Amino acid sequence: MSNKILAFAESKDNKFKNPAFEITSAAASLAAQLAGCEFSVITINNCSGDELKILGKYGAKNVFHISLDDLNSKSGQSGFLYSHTAESKAVSEFAKANGYNIILLSATSFGKEIAPSVAVRTDSAIAVDCVEIDGESGTVVIKRPVYAGKSYTKVRFNSENIVLTLRPNVFKPVITGGDTEITEVDAGTLNIVAGDFRTVVKEAVVASGKLDVAEADRIVSGGRGLRSSENFALIERLASVIGAATGASRAVVDAGWRPHGEQVGQTGKTVSPSLYIACGISGAIQHLAGMSSSKCIVAINKDKDAPIFQTANYGIVGDVFEVLPVLTEELKNIV
Amino acid sequence: MKLVVCVSLVPDSTTKIKIADSQTAIDTAGVAFIINPYDEYAVEEAVQLKEKNGGEVIAVSFGTDKSRDAIKKAFQMGADKGILIKSPVPDFDSYTVARNLADVIKELSPDIVFFGKQSIDFDGLVVPNMVAEILNMPSVNVVTRLDINGGIVTAEREIEGGKEIVTASMPVIIGAQKGLNTPRYPNLKSIMASKSKPIEERPQTYTGNKSEVFEMSLPSAKGKGKILEGGAASVPELVKLLREEAKVI
Ligand SMILES: Cc1cc2nc3c(=O)[nH]c(=O)nc-3n(C[C@H](O)[C@H](O)[C@H](O)COP(=O)(O)OP(=O)(O)OC[C@H]3O[C@@H](n4cnc5c(N)ncnc54)[C@H](O)[C@@H]3O)c2cc1C
Ligand SMILES: Nc1ncnc2c1ncn2[C@@H]1O[C@H](COP(=O)(O)O)[C@@H](O)[C@H]1O
Repeated sequence: MSNKILAFAESKDNKFKNPAFEITSAAASLAAQLAGCEFSVITINNCSGDELKILGKYGAKNVFHISLDDLNSKSGQSGFLYSHTAESKAVSEFAKANGYNIILLSATSFGKEIAPSVAVRTDSAIAVDCVEIDGESGTVVIKRPVYAGKSYTKVRFNSENIVLTLRPNVFKPVITGGDTEITEVDAGTLNIVAGDFRTVVKEAVVASGKLDVAEADRIVSGGRGLRSSENFALIERLASVIGAATGASRAVVDAGWRPHGEQVGQTGKTVSPSLYIACGISGAIQHLAGMSSSKCIVAINKDKDAPIFQTANYGIVGDVFEVLPVLTEELKNIV
Repeated sequence: MKLVVCVSLVPDSTTKIKIADSQTAIDTAGVAFIINPYDEYAVEEAVQLKEKNGGEVIAVSFGTDKSRDAIKKAFQMGADKGILIKSPVPDFDSYTVARNLADVIKELSPDIVFFGKQSIDFDGLVVPNMVAEILNMPSVNVVTRLDINGGIVTAEREIEGGKEIVTASMPVIIGAQKGLNTPRYPNLKSIMASKSKPIEERPQTYTGNKSEVFEMSLPSAKGKGKILEGGAASVPELVKLLREEAKVI
């Protein structure tokens, strides 16, 4: 059987962000590896035609667009933004009706919520949070971290139908240019009924301008060495100077100094930014689990024997209260 | 209220991973196993609901005999009954887990099924929503707050940089995230009481993994880092290294 790939391009406020470009490029590259394989992109939103065309830059020749308003109109209710369960059905029905057997989604909070259901609906094997996808041998194998990055597994599938979620920030968007054809898919052709809206999102509250650690390419994290919640101003200042998200160790989240959305580690978020600056963090195994795949790790700690220095590419042995202001000032002058 | 909590047994988070000779799994010699930390939030939420509304909490685990320990921990926290769906072998994928759990949940027909949002071994974040799809039930995962009002649940779900408010009607599946509650420490009395609680054993109803791990590896070791010992005076050198050597600034 020849393979057919469907990549789900996620949008936010009717704009595509990096995960959509990453998934489009990853689909293009997997399709090129698998003989005779075609790929398309599917997206559900109220994006303008111009916005949809942007996906063409990353190699999408065919973009199938389901209007979110059209889809939501099948719910028989109002006063909600979107429904994970209805979107997962729409994607699954489209894939089944058109013979797509490999479905790629971003491992974002949205992608992770719908991927398991898409896998069940399309009778697919699933692998989540993939960091490598390889189709060179003619079949798909993937690599993914387990134990929060303390080790990696390679996985193969006993099924022709496969659903994969791709970890953000790992697959690089590649601009290839080229034309793209946009096809509107009528939600009415996807057998969507009111009962498919099993859950609905009434409201989405996002702190404006705040970058999430899971999406960030640079992270400045603070630990118990910062001594109080007020002192995190030092972390925030450095982060804002270099355009980074702020992260935290579990110790400071448990102390209530930082929100748990910022926690990095085995029971927090697993991150792989290009720059991770750990300030006043000892480097407990559970913290390392979440950040050791970062490309460049910088540690600032006053204890030269702190375990974090064993994982760091660069470090300064010193007091965060002395080092951070100087570092922030110095970087302000160059970025 | 009939409440089901799905609990799994995972290696303790301090475990240093060693790869087994098979090269496809970890070496479990000397590894301590615990209830999956997120499942503690799930158990706590179920027990609190029982304490408020009456009813019972049934802890269900799929796994080998060892998984009884996860159920026992749930007992200590206040669960009333346990079901072990016994798998003769320890390798199964999320789909197998979900199918087996779904069969038992269907039969129990609970008002709410709680899961942890994710297991800390294979980091799936998959099983709760798979079970939901198999059973055609509404589900919300990564939940940090739950309100129940006459058959309608309103859940706050963590997303990148914020939260979503999601509604659904019962029966419903909820995946617990840290923040949902503070799991209790079992006291001596609850530990004693847990010893007489029954664990019913069921055979595995579905086999047929759809995926298979064929290689496991440790992350490539980092070279020795450059650690500067001059405190704030080392900042210019660090910045130079970040610009010229690492090229990240
Ligand atoms: C089940 C479980 C799951 C866990 N999950 C996570 C997780 O997801 N993420 C996580 O981070 N942790 C996790 N932990 C906790 C982990 O074991 C550590 O307790 C925690 O990471 C320690 O946080 P810390 O480094 O901020 O604090 P500490 O270990 O107290 O370290 C503080 C560091 O700051 C340094 N310091 C102090 N003052 C200064 C100063 N003025 N200047 C410079 N340096 C200074 C000290 O030398 C020390 O190294 C988990 C634990 C368990 C049991
Ligand atoms: N073997 C199992 N037995 C019972 N529940 C499980 C099992 N595996 C996973 N779960 C549940 O599903 C949740 C998410 O697991 P996962 O999808 O593997 O990350 C866990 O927190 C448990 O609540």
